[in-house]
Amino acid sequence: MTDVQRVLAADGSVVGTVPDLSDERLRELLVHMLRVRCIDERMLKLQRSGRVGFVGSTLGLEGAMIGSAAALRSQDWMWSGLREGGAAVMRGLPLDEYVAQMYCNSNDTAKGRQMCNHFQHKGSHYPSWSSVIGTQLAHGVGAALAASRRGLDEVHAIYCGDGASSSNGFHSGLNFAGVWRAPCVFVLVDNGWAISVSSKAQTAADSYADKGIAYGVRGIEVDGNDVLASLAATEEAVERARAGDGPSLVVLSTYRMLGHSSSDDPTRYRDPAEVDAWAQRDPIDRYEAFLIERGVLAPGGREELAARTLAELDEVIAEQEAADPMSTRTLVEDVYADVPDHLRRQYNEFARIQEAHGEARPGEGAFPL
Amino acid sequence: MATLTIVQAVNDGLKSVMRDDPTVLVLGEDVGPKGGVFLATEGLTDEFGVARCFDTPLSEDGIIGTAVGMAMNGLKPVAEIQFQDFIYPAFDQIVSEAAKLRYRSGGQYTAPMVIRTPYGGGIRGGLYHSQSGEAYFCHTPGLKVVVPSTPHDAKGLLIASILDPDPVLFLEPKALYRSVKGEVPEGSYEVELSTLREVRAGDDVTIFCYGAMVPVVVKAAEQAAEKGIDCHVVDLRTLLPLDEQGVLDAARRTGRVVVVHEAPRFCGYGAEISALIAEHAIEYMEAPVKRVTGFDTPFPNTLEHHYLPDERRVLDAIEQVHSF
Repeated sequence: MTDVQRVLAADGSVVGTVPDLSDERLRELLVHMLRVRCIDERMLKLQRSGRVGFVGSTLGLEGAMIGSAAALRSQDWMWSGLREGGAAVMRGLPLDEYVAQMYCNSNDTAKGRQMCNHFQHKGSHYPSWSSVIGTQLAHGVGAALAASRRGLDEVHAIYCGDGASSSNGFHSGLNFAGVWRAPCVFVLVDNGWAISVSSKAQTAADSYADKGIAYGVRGIEVDGNDVLASLAATEEAVERARAGDGPSLVVLSTYRMLGHSSSDDPTRYRDPAEVDAWAQRDPIDRYEAFLIERGVLAPGGREELAARTLAELDEVIAEQEAADPMSTRTLVEDVYADVPDHLRRQYNEFARIQEAHGEARPGEGAFPL
Repeated sequence: MATLTIVQAVNDGLKSVMRDDPTVLVLGEDVGPKGGVFLATEGLTDEFGVARCFDTPLSEDGIIGTAVGMAMNGLKPVAEIQFQDFIYPAFDQIVSEAAKLRYRSGGQYTAPMVIRTPYGGGIRGGLYHSQSGEAYFCHTPGLKVVVPSTPHDAKGLLIASILDPDPVLFLEPKALYRSVKGEVPEGSYEVELSTLREVRAGDDVTIFCYGAMVPVVVKAAEQAAEKGIDCHVVDLRTLLPLDEQGVLDAARRTGRVVVVHEAPRFCGYGAEISALIAEHAIEYMEAPVKRVTGFDTPFPNTLEHHYLPDERRVLDAIEQVHSF
C-alpha cells in the first residue's frame, strides 16, 4: 500500500510541499471550489422545488474535482462521470450551458436528450458520457492512443468512482492503457459510497491504488479533500503521461456528503457519525484556513466570493428557465448523420397526430420523403 | 479485374481504403502478423506498420471501447471481433455507447467506426463459432448492420461502411469466405449502403435473404424454375437501415413472399420483413409470408446441416406459398 499524499492537514496547516503557484492561482482554486458548491446548493434547491429533475450532488468532493482538473492543460481531455461537471465549468463549459443541460431545454447542446447532470463541452474536451458505469475508461484510452498516433500533445484524464473499479470497463481500460502505454491518467475518486455500497465492500484490495500494479500502471493515493495534494499528484501523473512515461492511477480519497443523487436517502444505509467525521475534513474549510494563514484571502473573503457567485448563477438560471423545450423533430434527428426514410415516416405519422391535436409548433412539420 | 474470394475481397477492401486514408486503422485479436484467424487482415501490418494494424489484449469490451475513443478523436478504426459469437462482452459498448453517442450528444460527438466479424454456421463450429446475432443489433437505433454475400459487395460495402459517418456492424458470412469467388474491381469503390441487390428476377415468388443464405436460396430458386416457379431473389445486404420501400416493391411484385435466415425465428429478422409487408402491402398478398430459418434453439454441432436452412426447406416454402 502506498503512502497517502497530503499537503494540508484537516485544519489547513501545511504538512507537505505546497505546489509552486502564484497567489492569484491559489485564490482561483478557492473560487472554483466555491462555485462548485454554490451550483450544488442551487441545483438541489431547484430539484426540491420540482424545476430540475435530478442532481448528482458534489458536496464534499470539490477539492478532488477542482484540484485534479486544474492539473490539466487546455488541450487535454477529461472523460467524466456523474460528479465532474463543476470541473468542466472551470475548464470552459459556460455556466448557461450547464444550467441549460440541467433544464434539458433548447439551449442544451445535447438537445435535451440526456437526463439532468450529464454535461458535455466539446470546446474544452469534455465528451458526452453515458450513465452506464465504467464505459468511459476504454474510450479515454482509445482517444489517448489516437492522440499519440496523430502526434497530438494531449493527455486524457479518465475519471471514475470507487464503484466503477468493479466494472469490466475498469479492467479493460487499465489493461489496454498499460499495454499501450497510452498518454492517459485514471483519476479514481473514492468517495466512500457507490449509492448504498461502501467502498470497503467494493474490493478486497488494501488500496484502490494497488489495483494499478496488476496492469503495470503506477498507483498513487492522495487525500482527495486536499485540493493542493490532488493538484500536485495529478499534475505529476499528467506530465509523466505527456512525456511518454505511461499511465497512472491517481486515487483521490474523499467523501460524498449527501446521497448518491437527489433521489437517494443516505440515512437508510450509513452511520451519521461517519458523515460528521468527514464534515470535519471539509475541503473548502481546510483550504480557506490555509489561504487566510498565507495572507492570500481576507477573513470573510469566502462569503463575499460565494455571494457573488450565487448572484451570477441566479441570473443564468432565470434566463434558462425561460428557454423553449426542444423541437419534436429532434426525436428522430442525430440517430444517424442523415435522417433515414424509415425515421422520416415514423416522425411524419406522429406529426400528423400532433397537427390534428393542434400541438405542432412551427418547424415541427413532416420531413420530406 | 481480379477474381477473389470473399475473404480476399475483405482484405483487398481494407488495403484499398488504408492506402487512401491514413486515419483508418485495424485492431483486434490476432489481426497483426498472423493476419487474423481467417486471414482477412493478412499483410496489413507488413504494408502499413504496427501503428495501423495491431493486436490487442483479448478483450472484446476493450477492443470496441477503445475503438469508440479512437473514433471520437479523429481516427477511423476497423475493429475485428474474431467470431460474432464473442461479441457479447462488447454488446454494451456497441449498443450503449457507439450507437447512442451521436444522439445523446446532440451531434457533438460521433463514433464513425466499423466492427467486422465473421458470423453464421456451416463450419462445424458448434454453439460458439456459428451464431447469427443480427437481430440483437438490428434492434439498436444508431447502428448500421451490413451483410455482404459476394466478393464484389464485400469490398464495396466494406469501403462504404468505413467511409460512413456512423458506426457499422459488418457481418461477414464465414461459410462463404472461400467458397464463393467473383470479379472484384481494383482500387476503391463503394456499394451504397441501404440498397438491395436483385439476385434473380422472377414474377411468381419473392425471396428475401442475406449473407450465407443467398447461394442456398439461388439453388432453391433454380430448382423451383425447373418446376415452373419463377422466383425473384433479393439480397437485403444492409439490414439496418433497411430499404423498406424496396422490400415492399419486391413483395408487391409477386404477392408471395419467403424470408430466409440462419438465425432463430422468434423475433428474428424475418419477423420484421413479415410485419412490414403485413402493415403496408397486405392487399397485394396472395399467400401468407413464409419464414425459413434456424430453429429456436442454441446452435447445434453435429446436426448443423439440419439446423441451417437448405435448398430442400427453401424449395418446400416456395412451393407452399406458390400453391396457396
